[in-house]
Amino acid sequence: MGREFLTVYWREMIRFVRFKGQLFAALVQPALWLLLFGIAMTSNFDNNSFSMPTVPGVMAVDYLTFMAAGVMAMTALFTCLFGGMGLLFDKNWGIMKEMLASPMPSYHIQIGVGLGGVTKSFIQVGLILIFGLVLGVKFFLGFSALETVVAIVGIFAFIMVFSAGFIFLSAGLAMRVESMESVQAMMTLLTLPLMFSSNALYSTSSFPLWLQTISSVNPLTYLVNGIRYFALGNDFTAMGTHYEYTGGDIALSFVVLLIFAGLTFVFAWRAFRTAKVT
Amino acid sequence: MSSAIIEVADLEHSFGDVKAVDKVSFTVEEGEIFSFLGPNGAGKSTTINVLTTQLPCQKGTVRVCGFDVRTARQAVKKSIGVVFQDEVLDRDMTVRETLEFHGRIYSMPKPERLAREKELIELVELGQKLNVRTKHLSGGMKRRLEIARGLMTRPRVLFLDEPTIGLDPQTRLKIWDYIKGINEEGTTIFLTTHYMDEADTLSDRIEIIDYGKIIATGTSESLKNTLGEDMIYLETGDDVKALKLAEAMSEVTEVKKTSKGLELILNSDGGKVMPKILRSIGKEGVDIISVRMKKPSLDDVFVHYTGREMRAESAENAFHRRRRH
Repeated sequence: MGREFLTVYWREMIRFVRFKGQLFAALVQPALWLLLFGIAMTSNFDNNSFSMPTVPGVMAVDYLTFMAAGVMAMTALFTCLFGGMGLLFDKNWGIMKEMLASPMPSYHIQIGVGLGGVTKSFIQVGLILIFGLVLGVKFFLGFSALETVVAIVGIFAFIMVFSAGFIFLSAGLAMRVESMESVQAMMTLLTLPLMFSSNALYSTSSFPLWLQTISSVNPLTYLVNGIRYFALGNDFTAMGTHYEYTGGDIALSFVVLLIFAGLTFVFAWRAFRTAKVT
Repeated sequence: MSSAIIEVADLEHSFGDVKAVDKVSFTVEEGEIFSFLGPNGAGKSTTINVLTTQLPCQKGTVRVCGFDVRTARQAVKKSIGVVFQDEVLDRDMTVRETLEFHGRIYSMPKPERLAREKELIELVELGQKLNVRTKHLSGGMKRRLEIARGLMTRPRVLFLDEPTIGLDPQTRLKIWDYIKGINEEGTTIFLTTHYMDEADTLSDRIEIIDYGKIIATGTSESLKNTLGEDMIYLETGDDVKALKLAEAMSEVTEVKKTSKGLELILNSDGGKVMPKILRSIGKEGVDIISVRMKKPSLDDVFVHYTGREMRAESAENAFHRRRRH
């Protein structure tokens, strides 16, 4: 395989840092979310925390720490869901024609854009992580240095697969769909259910069964599981729910995300293979 | 000694049940500037899209630089350069980045790429604009950049689709100079244009396509000669009568009624036959109001072969629109 996808990636990153306003918003928005929503909700929930049962001997996690994992996951989701949008611009007003007329196989575009999406997710998630720790998010409590490094690698491995999955989905849609408006509408339509049927902001254990079913096919749920496992350990309580993860649970979550990314890869690969701009 | 660099034989292409290209055959010789002309919707774009592998070759054979577009798509793509009809630029990349991106997706080795970038920037005189984003360039500069980009990989054939559309006259002349210069260095040029003066000035050979078929072919001179030696425009007091009289004359090959009067195409030297024509029309009592004689232009050739009606859209667009609804 040639390395032309690196050129596509290079261009993605040029565009990421070139629009200063967009870059600023991309970096500040998740931090704001953590700051405002996190602190507001924390002060609410923790006032009522008397009524939330804890299990003796098990670490109780405050709400800010609990939802920090969710905010990291949702940031990756948003970045990548909208990450394919640039392709739609390229198709209508940009250099998609040039790329498709070149001898570079079209899946290089997909891989380049995918790498770009993953990199952007990494940068944003990394910043939220640092910002969260400054704000008082209690991740990696009682971890040794080595354990912390392993945990961070684990978190980023989850983020990587998840981000790839969503960027491929969004890129595939952008290549198939004609108008800006319809893709944007589709993304917005996807965003809310993905967010609210997941365990990013609250526990799903008291969901009605149908909602739990939706939650169990929601990739966001699996990403959040992964992040919490690596950041908080395999046994804690939060918001009245006792979380116990086994290594098997987490491996399964990772496999689910891999399958998801695999499916969207094929979807995008097909969209690129048949792409035509004339 | 020249040899064919593009060979098209019996090319057919349909969109649904609309036949956009119907048994088209032609060759382009290495080193020439070849103009491919035709009204909107004639099958021009479809043919180019097949030649540049943007559309599959449905029927017939097409060889570009010796490679079959069906079996050696990548090789064809590598050996050609394309300048698209509409602007295909990333508005937020700089001039240098635009060329670098192109060289890199065509897998050019870095030293060669850098040398070529420098050369082409000089050729199209964009040295002052290297680090300027393309959205800040004028229309002519954008075009020059796109031409430079098309030449990055030293293609043997450069496809130019309407290279001067929407540009001011000075800029057009400048672009013509570049095109001639590029051709003199050995690059074959495949040109489409709606400007007949452009085709006339630049091309070594011309093909005219309409309704999916090649309807005329030759050099600009030979095409004009097929039309006749000279043309006379006549305004008379009674065009209907004058038309009948003119039609009967052996020196006149064709008479057409236009909005202003009559257009006569002559088969011999107009300077000599015009007095005779005017005399015999005047003898029948028809007033002659004005007379103008000129050599047929490529515009006349084009209109002669393709008719006067306006063409709005291509078969392909019509097909896609229908499909979408």
